[in-house]
Amino acid sequence: MRLGAFPFPAKVPLCPSVAIADTSPGPDKTKVRDNQHPQRNFTRNQSQTHPLAIGPNPKICQLMDPTSQSPPTKKRKMASSTTTTSTTTAAVEQEHQFPLPPILTHPSSTPPILITQGAEGRLYKTTFLSPSIPCALKYRPPKPYRHPILDARLTKARLAFEAKVLERCRREGVPVPAVYAQNAAAGWIAVEWIEGAPVRVKINEWLGSRPKNEEEEREGANKDQGPLVELMRRIGSAIAGLHRTGVVHGDLTTSNMMLRPPKASSSEQTNGVTEEGEKAKLLEGEVVIIDFGLANQSQSDEDRATDLYVLERAFASTHPRAENLFEHLLESYKETFGKKGVSVLNKLEDVRMRGRKRSMIG
Amino acid sequence: MALETLHIEHVPADHHVYGALFRDVQNVDFLQAQLIGKNPEFEYAFIDASVIISRTHLLAAIFRALNTLTEGTLQTPNVHSDIVIGLSPTNNISESYRRYGLTPSKTRDVLVIKVVHPKVSSENSTVQTQTPESIWQHLTTHVKGTSVPLTDEEFAKSTDWAKVRKYYKLNGVPGVERIDKQDEEGRKREMEGLVVSGIALRGL
Repeated sequence: MRLGAFPFPAKVPLCPSVAIADTSPGPDKTKVRDNQHPQRNFTRNQSQTHPLAIGPNPKICQLMDPTSQSPPTKKRKMASSTTTTSTTTAAVEQEHQFPLPPILTHPSSTPPILITQGAEGRLYKTTFLSPSIPCALKYRPPKPYRHPILDARLTKARLAFEAKVLERCRREGVPVPAVYAQNAAAGWIAVEWIEGAPVRVKINEWLGSRPKNEEEEREGANKDQGPLVELMRRIGSAIAGLHRTGVVHGDLTTSNMMLRPPKASSSEQTNGVTEEGEKAKLLEGEVVIIDFGLANQSQSDEDRATDLYVLERAFASTHPRAENLFEHLLESYKETFGKKGVSVLNKLEDVRMRGRKRSMIG
Repeated sequence: MALETLHIEHVPADHHVYGALFRDVQNVDFLQAQLIGKNPEFEYAFIDASVIISRTHLLAAIFRALNTLTEGTLQTPNVHSDIVIGLSPTNNISESYRRYGLTPSKTRDVLVIKVVHPKVSSENSTVQTQTPESIWQHLTTHVKGTSVPLTDEEFAKSTDWAKVRKYYKLNGVPGVERIDKQDEEGRKREMEGLVVSGIALRGL
């Protein structure tokens, strides 16, 4: 089970009920929840000290719940009640770890879930207006190490910029999350929740299902990489669309792209699909670019080439086995972008030679 | 039909939002006169229903106004007028009143929003704490129109898309134009998204 591999909260050893939980059989396998939805890059260990971020793992819930001293068997039977009690304890725990942004302290139908923590802010999954609209709320807490006035100004400017860039992309038809609401002065922005998983996860899943043996891999290398090549091409044209609107992302990685699964295909899935068909489905969907926290408005080839260079380096280190497919991405970028694309790719050669910083200042 | 309580996520528990939609209202000039005369009994947000495309659109504007209320950064005298200008993607307040508020002899369908929050009752001691019943009573005696539920279907019936497209600058936007003309639903959904972000981004 995937969840079992994740680090436990730092608090665990302090809890007196460790022995009870340890003797109990493994956690309920039916309760695997999709936790592969970080909307931004982050350090896994930090965010996953929070049990809700890794899904309701009954084992942890037991450890955290002071009332769970009853025999484990009874606990597992009441699986649903376990999750509800754990939610409340977890909410307290979360508050203890990070205070919620003021906007999220007001009542909502479901408690906000901390998805990930980045260098500058935190990302929560919550709801917008009505319980049926999920949204991602990005919060930049005040930084105690900066002067308050400077801090307020920087936070506001960065959030405002991010919101404006998203709106601009949306208007131009680039697939990005829509802005739902913002309060730059208070340090938060709520954007559309993108279903699916990051491209990074999907590519690794795809590569993971390929033969591990080196010889086999060499044989299979030129065979059915079709869907992956197709995905690379979709990424390329999405980036070209972004650059065409005059926006450079600043932090392009496969973690900052989501693969939104196509709608209304659930009816087909249940009817005995072959393994091959299932694999092909893995990489289906629309590429949505997320996290514009470092974005900039620029029309210059230099900045665009740097954007591609950053992605190239990130791609090579996260998916070394698919590195050779990067050329497909560039090719499709060129096709979508036309003449400009050619000059960007020429510039990319220069950037590769010297690294992403042109001036060596700062 | 009665007054509807609107539940919005992440709004303080002591703030209550009520809404009602009236069709074919006969006395729009009277209602507008009360607003201009700053009659404290008519502290409502009166909205021209033809610029509202959906519930989400309406709630987004209310949510924004409630946020400014709790932050104490209202741009207009009270939260109700902030709801009306909250619908606007631009900063021009008087233009927003004209576009989204009541226009005598033009507005037919009137959307009424009432926010009850603790500050109001403490400031205006003359106005007693208002209950949904008393608000409804007051509205039915003064608004001459037929009440209909606040549903997406009812909003869709009265939406003036030409106006919406103009006010929210949605004409010839590539993000909408790239969607197939046949896919009316998809286009409307995309436009709703742009309208909501327009509301969210005002003032940036």
